[in-house]
Amino acid sequence: MLTFCAGGPAERIPGGAVPRANVAMTNPLLSVATLNLSFGNREVIHDLSFDVQEGDCVAIIGPNGAGKTVLLSALLNLIPYKGEIRWRRDARLGYVPQKTAADRQLPLSAKDLLTAKARFLKLPSTELQLVSAELGLANELLSTSIGALSGGQFQKMLIAFALLGRPNVLLFDEPTASLDELTEEHIYELLHWLQKQRGMTILLVSHDLSIVYRNANMVLCLSKGKTCMGPPKELLTPAMLQELYASPAQYYQHVHEPERDSRIAQERKKW
Amino acid sequence: MVRDQGLLFVLALFFSLAAGLVGCIAFMKRMLLAGDVISHLALPGIGLAFAFKVNPLLGGAATLFLGTFLIWQLQKKTGLATEAAIGVIFAAALAIGAAVTPRDNLAESLFGQLERISPAGFLLGLAAVLLVIFSIFLLRDQLSLSIFSTDLAATTGVNVARLDLYFLLLFSLTVLVGLRFMGALLASALIIMPSATARQLTNKVSPFFLISVVASLVSVAAGFLLNALVFKFSTAGPTIAILSAVLFSFSLLGRVK
Repeated sequence: MLTFCAGGPAERIPGGAVPRANVAMTNPLLSVATLNLSFGNREVIHDLSFDVQEGDCVAIIGPNGAGKTVLLSALLNLIPYKGEIRWRRDARLGYVPQKTAADRQLPLSAKDLLTAKARFLKLPSTELQLVSAELGLANELLSTSIGALSGGQFQKMLIAFALLGRPNVLLFDEPTASLDELTEEHIYELLHWLQKQRGMTILLVSHDLSIVYRNANMVLCLSKGKTCMGPPKELLTPAMLQELYASPAQYYQHVHEPERDSRIAQERKKW
Repeated sequence: MVRDQGLLFVLALFFSLAAGLVGCIAFMKRMLLAGDVISHLALPGIGLAFAFKVNPLLGGAATLFLGTFLIWQLQKKTGLATEAAIGVIFAAALAIGAAVTPRDNLAESLFGQLERISPAGFLLGLAAVLLVIFSIFLLRDQLSLSIFSTDLAATTGVNVARLDLYFLLLFSLTVLVGLRFMGALLASALIIMPSATARQLTNKVSPFFLISVVASLVSVAAGFLLNALVFKFSTAGPTIAILSAVLFSFSLLGRVK
């Protein structure tokens, strides 16, 4: 299923992720097969297949417009798609969207929002306190109106929102975009902690290669509807990055499963 | 007659509670004006009912719900912005209303009247208003979530499209009960004013709802009494609406950020 750009069968480098038993490999947490996604009339993801194992931290990278956020939306079942997206039955998803400006007029505090989710999911009343304590959310932050939160506080609030209900998978869109370095560092640590302590599986979209190197054990590159996946140390060579961000067209010289290769070749003829 | 006035007054008080709550949601969804426009959808129905000598509220209900459903479908099927969908249906409804309403009944359609109320009418109105209050209470968390982010609401398990429809229906139902007191032009005054008043005074969700409901209740109670004892207009609608505007201006003094 996996397609590796940088040759060779995948020696999956743990790189920060929880070590996995071989059993887990046979029963992936997420299995995506021949996925096609469009944004408007433009097909952004073509024939994508990959698996995610429990405990993986998969970084989704690629140039702007490559379909990273669209892919997350499809994985969350927020938009229609063609192909197959199969989550293992015990997967519980948490989602941290890209930071958007909150409507300053909304009379909602961080606590109002978290309480609304906790109550809707009928979580025990201690759950909100637990998550707040884990993330170090001060009462002062909780009682602040969401329109008045700083970028970092807002991000923390979104993470707390995602963690309510004990998800075992976190889908994270641009965790450090528009944050200062100190807050960035905090988010890295948080991700690391979620992986190590909670054994969470993480899918993150990021432009930030340092977060990819430090946290991800797998990298999924998206570019112009073409894809590849592999461990960061193998995949993220300078030459690769040059290809990915500068001239993604050369991307297809190396693919690896004969059956899939011939299918892709056929698809390419149609273009 | 006195008993009828009493029943009408009680119904108006319950209506004010529902309007205050619905207004809060409409405020947060940034659709207060859209809601005002929705209330005008009752006009063609009221006009036709007068022309055919049927109960005007029945006619109003028919076109109000038909119009609401059309708006919902139009934006869902065509991807038209809510504002555009409402605009199109509104303009058409107003034109039809103006054309079919008998001239003698025009003022009554637009501004409401203090007519007699039958016990059945009272009970029906009361049931509708209680349904609105109860539903908003049950749906409050889902509504907050989807107002903040439809994506996050959907990943939490909220059926956002269905919730939108529920809210439009609750909105229309509230307006419908308000038609009797306020008329088609002013039916949404109590949806707009109290929530705007409350937002001036708080930025937390529970006080927001509470203040809005109180402002709405005070406007209706004081408006009814003032009209009955002092102004003696044929309808209390304008007095109620003006009072709610006065409350809003006072709220500017106690403004929070």
